[in-house]
Parts: sequence; C-alpha cells; structure tokens
Amino acid sequence: MTVAGIPILTLITFLPAAGATLIILFINKEATEAIKWAALGVSVATFLLSLILPFTFDASNPSLQWVEKAVWIERFGMSYFMGVDGISILLVLLTTFITVLCILASWTDIKTRVKAYMALFLYTETASLGVFMAQDFFLFYIFWEAVLIPMVFIIGVWGGARRLYSAIKFFLFTFIGSLFMLLGILALYFYHGRLTGVYTFDSTILLQNPLAPALQFWIFIAFFLGFAVKVPMFPLHTWLPDAHTDAPTAGSIVLAAVLLKLGTYGFVRFSLPLLPNATREFAPLMIGISIFAILYGAYLTLAQKDIKKLIAYSSVSHMGFVMLGIFALNTEGLKGGLLQMINHGISTGALFLLVGMIYERAHSRAIGDYTGLFKKLPVYGTFFIIIILSSMGFPATNGFIGELFVLLGAFKAHTVYAVLAASGVLLGAVCLLWMFQRVFLGDFVYQGKGALKDLSAREVITAVSFVVFVFWIGLFPGRFLKFMDASVNNLVSQVETNYKKALALEGTNKVASLGGRSAAERTDK
Amino acid sequence: MPSALNALNLNFSTIWPEIILTAVAIIILVLDFFVKKENKSILGYLSVLGLLAVIPVAAMTVDPAPSFGGMVRADGFSAFFNVIFLISAVFTVLISMDYMEKMNIQRGEYYYLTLFATLGMMVMASANDFVNLYVGLETMAISFYVLVAIRVDNRKSVEGALKYFVLGALSSGILLYGIAFAYGFSGTTSLTGIASIGSRLSSQSPFLLLALALIIVGFGFKIAAFPFHSWSPDAYEGAPVPVAGFLSVGSKAAAFAVFVRVFVAAFPAFHGHWVDLLWILSAATMVYGSVVAISQKNIVRMLAYSSIAHAGVMLMGLLVYNDIGSAGILYYLLVYTFMNLGAFAVITMFIRKDGRGSDLSDYRGLAAARPLWAFFLALFLLSLAGIPPTGGFTAKFFILAAAINARYYWLAAIGVLSTVIALFFYAKVIFYMYMNERADAEDLPVMGATYSVVLILTAIGTVITGVYPAPFMDIALKVIKPFFM
Repeated sequence: MTVAGIPILTLITFLPAAGATLIILFINKEATEAIKWAALGVSVATFLLSLILPFTFDASNPSLQWVEKAVWIERFGMSYFMGVDGISILLVLLTTFITVLCILASWTDIKTRVKAYMALFLYTETASLGVFMAQDFFLFYIFWEAVLIPMVFIIGVWGGARRLYSAIKFFLFTFIGSLFMLLGILALYFYHGRLTGVYTFDSTILLQNPLAPALQFWIFIAFFLGFAVKVPMFPLHTWLPDAHTDAPTAGSIVLAAVLLKLGTYGFVRFSLPLLPNATREFAPLMIGISIFAILYGAYLTLAQKDIKKLIAYSSVSHMGFVMLGIFALNTEGLKGGLLQMINHGISTGALFLLVGMIYERAHSRAIGDYTGLFKKLPVYGTFFIIIILSSMGFPATNGFIGELFVLLGAFKAHTVYAVLAASGVLLGAVCLLWMFQRVFLGDFVYQGKGALKDLSAREVITAVSFVVFVFWIGLFPGRFLKFMDASVNNLVSQVETNYKKALALEGTNKVASLGGRSAAERTDK
Repeated sequence: MPSALNALNLNFSTIWPEIILTAVAIIILVLDFFVKKENKSILGYLSVLGLLAVIPVAAMTVDPAPSFGGMVRADGFSAFFNVIFLISAVFTVLISMDYMEKMNIQRGEYYYLTLFATLGMMVMASANDFVNLYVGLETMAISFYVLVAIRVDNRKSVEGALKYFVLGALSSGILLYGIAFAYGFSGTTSLTGIASIGSRLSSQSPFLLLALALIIVGFGFKIAAFPFHSWSPDAYEGAPVPVAGFLSVGSKAAAFAVFVRVFVAAFPAFHGHWVDLLWILSAATMVYGSVVAISQKNIVRMLAYSSIAHAGVMLMGLLVYNDIGSAGILYYLLVYTFMNLGAFAVITMFIRKDGRGSDLSDYRGLAAARPLWAFFLALFLLSLAGIPPTGGFTAKFFILAAAINARYYWLAAIGVLSTVIALFFYAKVIFYMYMNERADAEDLPVMGATYSVVLILTAIGTVITGVYPAPFMDIALKVIKPFFM
C-alpha cells in the first residue's frame, strides 16, 4: 500500500540522506549560507512529505500502513520491509519536525565545518526514520546502528569542553548495548526457525509465534540492554548528562527528542508483543526502575549548577514516566507512554533550544551567573516558563495529558506505583520552578561576558513552533490520541494472546533451554 | 602407457591461471634486467596488467574432477580464493609503486616476488594433496621472507624478516612433521585418501590425532592465531606497508583456504576432536588480538593485532563445521580484502620516508588537513570494527549467526565481547582524526591516481558487501556446498 503508487516511506526516509549527499558533492564548503539553506530546504521538504502520512492514515486500521516489502537476502529471510502504524506515526512526524528546528537552531551556533555538520544531521534523520519504520529485524538493526555514528561525530567534533570524553562514552555505551540486542535478535531468529521451520527476520511473522517463556527471559535481557541504554534507564543512564552537556545545542535537541525515543519505541514495538511472558515477569522490576529513575532523576536535578545538566537529569526523570506507562501494560499506560514520548521530545527539545540560545549569547550555562533575566529578556523568559510548565505537566499543556494517562495506567496496574510516580511529578516541578526562580526572577544581575539581546525573528519562529504543539496537544489531545487508539488496543490484545500461546508451549520439549546443548540434541547432531 | 596417464588425468586446463601467472612473473623477472632503477614502476604496471588478465581465467577455471593424480582440485572453492588472492595482489602492487619510490627502494624483485607469492597462494587453494599444499605454502612463504626484508637498510625490516623467517621455518617444520605422521598412518598424502581411511576407523589412532594437532599448529602460525602469532606484529611493522597489507590479507586467506579444505575434506571424521581445540584457539585469538591492539602506538602494529583478532573470528566459522560457517569464512575474507587493504592504502599514502605517519598520534586532526583520506580511513576502520552498514558488519554477522545456530553461545558471546574491546582502538584513530587538532601538517603528499583507484574500489567493495551482501554470500555458499555433501 503506497500513496498513489509512490513508495512514500522510502522517499521520506532517504530524502534527507540523498539531500545530504548532494550537498556534500555539489556545494562548496566555503558557501556556508548556501549549505544552510539547502539543508533547511531538504529538511522542510522531508517534513512536508511526511505530512502526507497523517492525512492518508486510516485510524481504524491497527496494522501497518503504506507497507513496502522487497526481498533483500532471501537465504536468511531478510527483507526490506517498511511500514508505519499508530505506534510509530507520531514519532516519524516528530523526527521530521525536530530536524527542521535543529537546523534552524544551528544557524548561527555552528561556525566551523558547516557542511559536514548539516550533512550529519540529515543522515541522523534518515537513520532515525528508518528505525521507526523498519519492520524487519535485520533492517532495524542496521538503521539502529547507523544512528549512532553521525551522532558521535556531532558531539565529538562540534561539542563543548569535554566533547571527546562524552562522545566516546556515548559511543561505547550504545554500541555495547546494541551488540547484546543483536545477539538477542539472532537467538530469536534461530529459535523461531527451529520452532516453526521458517527462518525469517520479518517481525510480523515472528510476532505470530511467541517462544517458550524460558527463552523469552534471556532474549528480553538482551533486548533490554540494547533499548535501555538508549532510553536511558537507571543505571545505564550515566552517558546521558555528559553527552547532553557537551553536545552542541541542536545535538542535544535531537538526542533528547528523537534518539531517546528509539529505546522506548523498541520496548513497545518488540519487547512487549514478542516477549509477552518475560515482559510480565519483568514488569514489576521495570516499573521499579522507572519509578526510581523518576525520583532519582528529579533528586539529582536539585543539585545541578549547570542548566543543561539540570535538563539532562530531568530528562532521565521524564523518560522514567514513559517507561512506567509502557510497562503498566494497559491501554491507558501505553497511550500515555507514547504521548509522553512526543511530549518529552517537544518540551525537553525546547528546553535545550532555549538553553542553547542563552549560551550562544553569554557563553555560560551556570545557574549562578544569572538572576532576574526576565527583566532583561522578557520574550525569552515567557517562552521559558511556558516550556517549563509543559515539562512539569501543568494543565492545558501537553505534559499534563501525557502524565495523566501514565498515572491512570499506573494506578490501574497498582496504586502504589501511581502514588510514588505522582510524588515524582511534584519533585520534578519543584526543581524546574526553582531553577526558573533563580535564573529569571529577582533583580537583574549578570556575570557573563557576551551582550544580552532578546530573541531574533529566527529564534522566535523556532521557539513558537514548539509552543504551538505544547498547547495543541494540551488542549486537543483527542486528535493525537486518535492516531494510536487502534494500534495500542491491538498491541494490548496481542500481548495477551501471545502470552497464552507461549504458556501453552511451556510443557512441550520442542525448544531447549538457552543455557547449553541438551543431551537429546547432542545425540541428534 | 596411455591408461595410466589417463588415470593421472593430466588436465592442464585446471592450472591455466597458475601457468599464466608464472609466465607473467618470469617475463617481469627478465625485464627487470633491462629497466633502469627510476623506471621500475613500469614493472608494477605490467604486473597489474598480468594479474588483471589472470582474474577472469581464474574465475572460470572450475573443474571439480581431481587432476594430476589427485594432486589438484580446481573447484569453485579454489576459484573463489584465487580471485581473492589476485584482487589483493592487484591492490597491493597498485599502492606499492609510489611507496617504493618514496622510500627509495626501487627494486624489480619486489614485483615478481609479489607475483610468486600470489602463485604460491593459488597452488595452496587448489591443493588436494599435502605435498602440493606444502609446495604452494613454501613458494608463498619464501617470497614473503624476501619481501618483508626488502628494506635492507632498515633495522626494523631486518629484525621483522628474521623473526618471520625463523618462526615461519619452524612452523613449516611442525606442519611437515604432522603431514609425516598423517602419511605414516594412512600411507597416503592425498586429502581424499586420508579422509576415506579416517572414516573407516572405529577408534581413532593416536598418531592421526598427533598429526592433527601438529597440522593445526602449523596452520595456526600462518593465520597468526594466538599463541602462534608472535611473528606477525614485528613482520608487519618491518615490512613495506603494502607488503604488510598483502601479508595480512593474501597470506591469511591462503592459510584459511587450506585450513578449511584440510579439516573439512581430510579430517571430517575427527570433527569431535579438533573442534574443542579450535574453540579454545578461536576464543583466545579474538580476545588476545583485541586486547593487545589497544595498547599499540604504531598503526601498523595495531592493525597486525586487529588482524589476529579477525583470524579468531574466522576460526569460529571453521569450527561450527557447517556450510554457513565455512561460507562465512570465504565471505569474511572477501570483505577483509577490501577493508583491510583499503586501510593499508591510506596508511601507505600517509607514511613518509622518515617514518612519520606510522604513529597513531600522527593521525591527529587528519580530517582537517585531508578530509577525503580521513573519510576513507574512517570507513575502513568502522568496517573493521563491524559497524553497519559496512561489509565488516555483515561478515561478522554471518559468522556469529552460524555460531549461534550451531549453539556455540559462549563463543559467540566472546566474539561479541572482543568486538566491543576492538571498538576502542578502531574508534581511537577515528577520534584522533576528527576530534583533535592537527599535529603533523607538513609536506602531506597529494592523493595519486593509483591510490584513488584502490581507495575507490575498496570503498565500493566495503559498502556494497554491507548493503547488498546476498550475491556474494550466495557464491560463497555455492562453492562450499560440495564440501558438506
């Protein structure tokens, strides 16, 4: 199914990469203005192209739409299989939207090697879109890893003081995690092959035949290591504050808004329906870690002196909410988790944008360097408070709806979860507001060096784009929830049926335990 | 006696590639007397032409019936390997010409010895008899001894060559000892003969097991598996850089060709005995190579240890003992030819006569001075590290998949672990190039035409095998299939 015979998903995914390649080949690296405009043009074109999706989306259809499928490596059952459903459509839009804003945000921020920088951003976009669309595990893994390399360069080349350390840390954490995920994918592939005789990486086929619970256990751990590093879940989160602090502004935005979502998306798309028994078994642990992350992240936020680091830790806290919603394992929680992914992309992305703006002017991100900024920069201050309210889940903003659904889901799962998580909301609100009070309120005192000017037209446009969504989602959440309704309901029932199917398998000897070769198998070799 | 002759099956069409290559090498040997020192590059271009002419012949020489009294088996397997050897020889010679001039070692023997080394490899790949195998191996090894030592005025070159020669001779002796035991036990040196006798036995003879162990040690030296690797870093460092590249690709591929053929064709009945030994060798080689490479300061030495680690991964493909695993080795070697020779091409280009360019720290900030070089080197290093979408990833993927499929979970986990460790040193160079200020900016040469050809071709090979590996994997599986029937 494609739009008017055009493979729309492939077009959206590869347009940025193609544009980046053309920019590299045909624009002189001295012509920075031309490069910026070309990159902006490519990203806007991609965004406009992706807007076709919500208009041609069939909200009542829970399964994949605009499916493209082509044989890739037949012998191993690998295919080029792209598709988008209610779970991923908003993430795709978020990615194309955020990339446009990232390029706008880098306009004056980046002064060296502009060509390479813009190209890397567009490559990151292609790879991230690929992750959200790929339905073949092998293809998924390739896109997954492809996200990593441009991002490492963005941090390592254009980053702050400790960029090298942060880039290496980010690289190692995510790469090691994804290698374990690869082992999990291979184990899934072969066990599914042995169980059914069909060797394939096609996730829709794998979904129909869940493995025995004992196997799911190990594969879940392998997947967990891959996904949780990206989310990041406690205790695998330590790369995040460093990466965020040292990344250039747009790097932080794309990292928070898009890259972290790859992890949570992985859990929703693959861990839940493929490994339902293990998911249930692990759910209390996952929820425990998530709630701990919510509280711990918020607690650490209180101690931060650097605004960017503060946002990074609040990001850990927010992602804990997303994970809590997902592992509540009911429709409310999942919807809340999915919506909260988008919200986090908007709010945290916007916060990083705003911090980047002040840093560009004053070259300082220390909270102690500023007081009473509101008097000097009223426009900037207004945007900041709106985004902070959105981030802490104030009613009428997007964050409120997301957190409400997550808490509903958590409440349904267990009252204690909801109570603990709600106290996290409070703590998060406290630290963000406290930061606002210290930086923006009071008498104007400024210890930085650069001149403080209020926002330029370009900056206002970038910030307004975020604010529009803050209120649009906050006031009319139905429009956005409608996209995911059918798919989430379908997912929840899929988890249920697969859970039962796998339980039925437990008694049979069809599949050996993962630990080693059983005696029976040794003889038949 | 025509009937006896018929039984020998003196079918010269099975050795056409070897015959042509010998002729080319001898022509170059003779021409060397008439070419002035400044013009030795002509010999290089002629060698390239000769090698290119042999490639289609080698690719088409497929005649699985044993010829020359069962000595030669020119099957698809040997054709596949011959093409790998020839391609890597072409790349090596192409990057050598400028290097020889730069280092002021314009010697004609360099080119024909490279061709003779290639010839030795080709003889090994199609050898179906230990005698023939040994002749090929020594032809290759002796050519390499001289090639490594060709920078006679350089102490490191002489030291490396001496180590390589002494240990190489020792390993050949051990291999020969093993072959002697195999012969003493079975009364034949033919691989097919040994296989048929071995399969008839109810209990295995200790002598044949001893032979097996000695042969593993002999081959272990050639592929530089831990703990038989100690010659390789010194030899690589001392050798001219293109020779180091050729040594790590061609020589390793040839050793794996005989490794696979001997163990799958001659000792299949002993699979249970050699598999545990190879398990340990594979695991130790992967981990050792990756760990020691981290502390290297010289880029060639670093790649030598990386090459050791890669041999460990390929051993994993051998010991799983099925068509996917063995085809995985063939595919891996093909990809390795592209990515490793590509990396060596950049290093060859970058290195100066006074040795600058050989230290890792010399690569600091290379991206700012020469973005294209840095891009190529980064691509090859990422591929060597096994990061998609490069060939290095698909190659590792197929072998890991084969290991998991055969339920060698722990070995696969060790393989993944060693990949993680290896990431440190590959990434280090990339970080140096892109994220550090320039340290060594003077007199950087420009990229010559021969380098561009090699770099573009190796880069295309690295990327295509990463994005669309199916046709290459299919060929590898097709040529390996008869071994498992």
